[in-house]
Amino acid sequence: MRDVAIIGAGETKYGEHWDKSLRNLAVEAGLKAIEDANISAEDIQAIFGGNMSAGSFVGQDHVGALIADFAGLAELNVPAIRIESACASGAAALHAGYMAVASGLYDIVLVGGVEKMTDLPGDMVTDILAGAADREWEVFFGATFPALGAMMARRYMHEYGLTREQMALLPVIAHKHGAMNPDAHFQREVTVDQVLNAPMVADPLTVMNCSPVSDGGAALVLASADIARKYTDSPIKISASVAANDYISLHERESLTVSKSTVEAGKKAYKMAKKEPKDIDLAEIHDAFSIIALLGIEDLGFAKKGEGIKLAEEGQLYYDGDLPYNVSGGLKAKGHPVGATGVGQVVELVKQLRNEAGKRQVPDAKVGLAHNVGGTMTSSIIHIVEVM
Amino acid sequence: MVVPRFWRERRYRYSLIGTRCPVCGTIYFPPRDVCPKCGRESVGKMEEVQLSGKGKVYSYTVVHQNVLGYKYQKPYVMAIIETPEGPKLTGQIVDVDPEEVHIGMPVHAVFRRIAEDGKAGIIQYGYKFVPDKE
Repeated sequence: MRDVAIIGAGETKYGEHWDKSLRNLAVEAGLKAIEDANISAEDIQAIFGGNMSAGSFVGQDHVGALIADFAGLAELNVPAIRIESACASGAAALHAGYMAVASGLYDIVLVGGVEKMTDLPGDMVTDILAGAADREWEVFFGATFPALGAMMARRYMHEYGLTREQMALLPVIAHKHGAMNPDAHFQREVTVDQVLNAPMVADPLTVMNCSPVSDGGAALVLASADIARKYTDSPIKISASVAANDYISLHERESLTVSKSTVEAGKKAYKMAKKEPKDIDLAEIHDAFSIIALLGIEDLGFAKKGEGIKLAEEGQLYYDGDLPYNVSGGLKAKGHPVGATGVGQVVELVKQLRNEAGKRQVPDAKVGLAHNVGGTMTSSIIHIVEVM
Repeated sequence: MVVPRFWRERRYRYSLIGTRCPVCGTIYFPPRDVCPKCGRESVGKMEEVQLSGKGKVYSYTVVHQNVLGYKYQKPYVMAIIETPEGPKLTGQIVDVDPEEVHIGMPVHAVFRRIAEDGKAGIIQYGYKFVPDKE
C-alpha cells in the first residue's frame, strides 16, 4: 500500500436547488475539484461516486455512468462506479477511491458524492431515508428514521441523565459555524430556545435536532502521494481510511448508547494514522441527529461515555475551542445531501488544512478527522487527513 | 407491492416465530439463518421458536411526522420492547396515553393492522404492543 493524497477539492452550495438536477450538481462539484487540482480530463483514470438513492429520489440508477458522461468523460471511456452505504455513501466512495490509488491500480482518481433530494414531497423523502434501517422489521412497523434516532436519544437520557436543553447545544454550535459558511444550507444562528420550541418530529427530537433535506454535490481528486506535488503545493495526506459495521437494526444491539461501528472504526483509524484523539485539530462528526453526534464525540474517544455534552457546555466545540466540531456547519446547518455528505466533510477538512476556510478558519489546523455514518450508526467510515 | 412480500413473513409477524441457535442457545427475532455468535457451526441448524409476546419498554418515542401509510394515526408511540426470551422488538404501543409510556413499562404483543397500501392495496398485519393491566 502506498500513500494517497488529496490534490483537489470542490463542492456545490448545499440547499434546495430547484434549478439544478442530479447531474448538474455532480458535474458542478466534479469540475470544481478538477479545476482545483489543476488536472485535465485525460488525467482521471477512474471515478468513484457516492450516492444513496437516486433510483428512489429521481428515478435514476446507473449514476456513475450518467455523471461521467455529463462530465464530458464518455469519449475517454473512463470507468465510473456508484458506491452505496446509505448516509455514509460519500465516505464509502472515498474509501473505495483511496483503496484504488493505494493499491497502485490507479494514480489519479476522482471521488464524488451527490444527492438530489428535493424533487419529492417530505413524506416520500422520509420513507426513502428509512431504507437505511431494516425495512421489514423496523420501518414496516412504523419506525421512521427520526423515530429510531429519538429512541437512541431517549435511552441515552435514561442512562446518563442528558436533558433536551443540553442536547440543544449541538445544533446551536453547528448553526454558529454554518452562519460563517457561504456554502451552507442554513447560514443563520439559532438559540437553545429555538431548538427546544421547534416542531416536534419524534419526541425528544425537534426538527432542529434533525439534519435537513438538502441537494448537493462534493468531489475530491486523489493522487498517489509521490506525484501529488506535481499538481499542488498543498497536498493533503489521507492518513487513515477505515470502515466498520454493526447490526442494521437498533433492536438487535446490546446498547443504544454506544456505537460499536464507530468505536471499532475509530480505533483502527487512529492506529492506521498513528494518531490519538488529542492529535486531532478539528473533527467533522456525523450529526444527522444531535444524539448521533454525541455518541460520535464519545465513541471517537474525545470524551468519556456520558460526558460528551460537557465539551459543548464548556465551549470547547466552537471553531476556536479545543475540539473544533463541525466547523462547516455539520449536517445540521451545512446540510445533508446524503450521498455527498461524507465527501463534503473531507472537502471542509481540506479547506481548513490549507488555511482557506475564511471566517470559520480553525487556527493552526494540521490534522482533521471525518466521521460519516450510515443508518442508525450501522456503518461508520472514518478518514483522518493531515498536512504533508 | 404484491402479496408475496407480506405473505412470506406472515408466520413470523402474526405468531412471533423467531429462531434459536442450538449451539449457544441464543434466541433471535426476526429469524436468522446464521447465528452471529456461532457462525458456520449454526448453519442449517437454527430452530424455530415462538416468543411469549411479553416484554418491557426499552426505549420509545412519540412520532409527530407525516409518515407514508400512517397518516390516520398520528401521533403514535414507537418503541423497542425487550422480551424475557432475549430479543428486542420494534413496534408501536397502542391503546395507551402517550404521556404514560415510560422505560420499563410492562407490555404484551397483540395482533393488529399495521398499514395499508392505499385504498385498493394490501392491508398489512403484524404485532403491536399494549400495556399490561395493572
